[in-house]
Amino acid sequence: MAFNHKHLLGIEHLSDFDIMTVLNTAESFLEISTREVKKVPILRGKTIINLNFEPSTRTRSSFELAAKRLSADITNFSSLNSSTIKGETLKDTVLNLEAMKADAIVVRHSCAGAPYFISTFCSSHIINAGDGAHEHPTQALLDAFTIRQEKKKIKGLRVIIIGDILHSRVARSNIFLLKKLGANIVLVAPPGFVPEELKRLGVNIDYNLDRALEGADIIMMLRIQMERQEKNFFPSIREYRNLFSLTGERFRRANKNAIIMHPGPINRGVEISADLADSVKSVILKQVENGVAVRMAVLYLLLGGKEREITD
Amino acid sequence: MDEKIKARVMDSRKIKRAIHRMATEIIERNRNLDNLVIVGIKTRGVQLGKMIAKLIKESEGIDIPFGALDITLYRDDFLELETQHMVKKTEINFPLTNKDVLLIDDVLFTGRTIRAAMDSLIDLGRPKTIQLLVLIDRGHKELPIRADYVGKFLPTSRKELVHVRLKEIDGNDEVLIAEPNEIK
Repeated sequence: MAFNHKHLLGIEHLSDFDIMTVLNTAESFLEISTREVKKVPILRGKTIINLNFEPSTRTRSSFELAAKRLSADITNFSSLNSSTIKGETLKDTVLNLEAMKADAIVVRHSCAGAPYFISTFCSSHIINAGDGAHEHPTQALLDAFTIRQEKKKIKGLRVIIIGDILHSRVARSNIFLLKKLGANIVLVAPPGFVPEELKRLGVNIDYNLDRALEGADIIMMLRIQMERQEKNFFPSIREYRNLFSLTGERFRRANKNAIIMHPGPINRGVEISADLADSVKSVILKQVENGVAVRMAVLYLLLGGKEREITD
Repeated sequence: MDEKIKARVMDSRKIKRAIHRMATEIIERNRNLDNLVIVGIKTRGVQLGKMIAKLIKESEGIDIPFGALDITLYRDDFLELETQHMVKKTEINFPLTNKDVLLIDDVLFTGRTIRAAMDSLIDLGRPKTIQLLVLIDRGHKELPIRADYVGKFLPTSRKELVHVRLKEIDGNDEVLIAEPNEIK
């Protein structure tokens, strides 16, 4: 077995085998978080830096806990209270962190490609924790892990992704991943949110939620990213809610055993009704729980072992 | 790995006999079998553990709780390994605290696997005692660790390899001594 990558920059260039390796490894890590002593010594002495140029709670804490449960040392660096506001460039910031002997840097940045850029000059392992509207690989991996846990398979499932696809790195990583594993994907949103070019990725587009929900196995909701709305993509929140909000009544059109997913944070009453978010059909908190195991698997696979033959 | 088989030191009958004898020793030495739990080290220690648990059940009518331990995350040579080991699941669904734990592995060599296994067990609880059972003790220990129950002492040289094969995993029961071929 081999996971021959130095970095995790996105899902797009991973093979099916790589993805399955991460999911299977995560399976073994799940149990560690249920122990009384939630810690194993495998990454003792490794230093990991959480580098955030964008607000992040879930992903940051999830990576932090994953690192700590593997006994690595992790420290958080946030641009909101750092030298970035004093004018330091991204490159200089990273070079400084590298000089402190970071073995891995987990990067979240509002610019697509920032983690890739860092990997071109930095010798540490780089993990993309979300870059602009490009990719969020660990979110897609934990979503796939959760789907597999609930449905025992991914191939052939009808997956509906609803919401602000245009601005969503979660959607993009999920499309890459779920296509590789053989799911049928339908994107649902107002036209401004789903550019036609996305069809090139092998997905279908539907502007009518009620129609798309027929026969759905997995319903993946996305948050309306208010902070990214530079233009008016839809007339009003109320109209969006009327047409695209997942309500109990709409949900009945999906398959009997359909599950509801959401990468969080959720806007209750906007993209999803509060009672559905709290219902047994929702696996939103399962996703969060699985996220720690999946990130442990990613850290283990990247940082484990000697200098291996790296293919990327 | 390219290697040649030098000797077949145990066959199915010899393995079964050794396991029977060890099961009897376990019953003799553990007056309070109700407090005993078995933990097999993956992969072959798990199979040996199942066989021991079955024999104790047949002889004493007691169901011994049984778990499986993966020690990959506790290895001390992890950073030197050329290839990564697939992490397998640890499945111990009962508390270890105050239990007499019988740890089982196929071969005792340097003792480092057992060190890792004991660290892992202690992270999972605080056993009253830990006993060790191995099918083969081949010598060359690097740590102060010895087994309480040994199927067979097998003097070997350091460069030799010992393979334990079990029917349920490998298709047949046997213990082989092999030697890696010189790389020319």
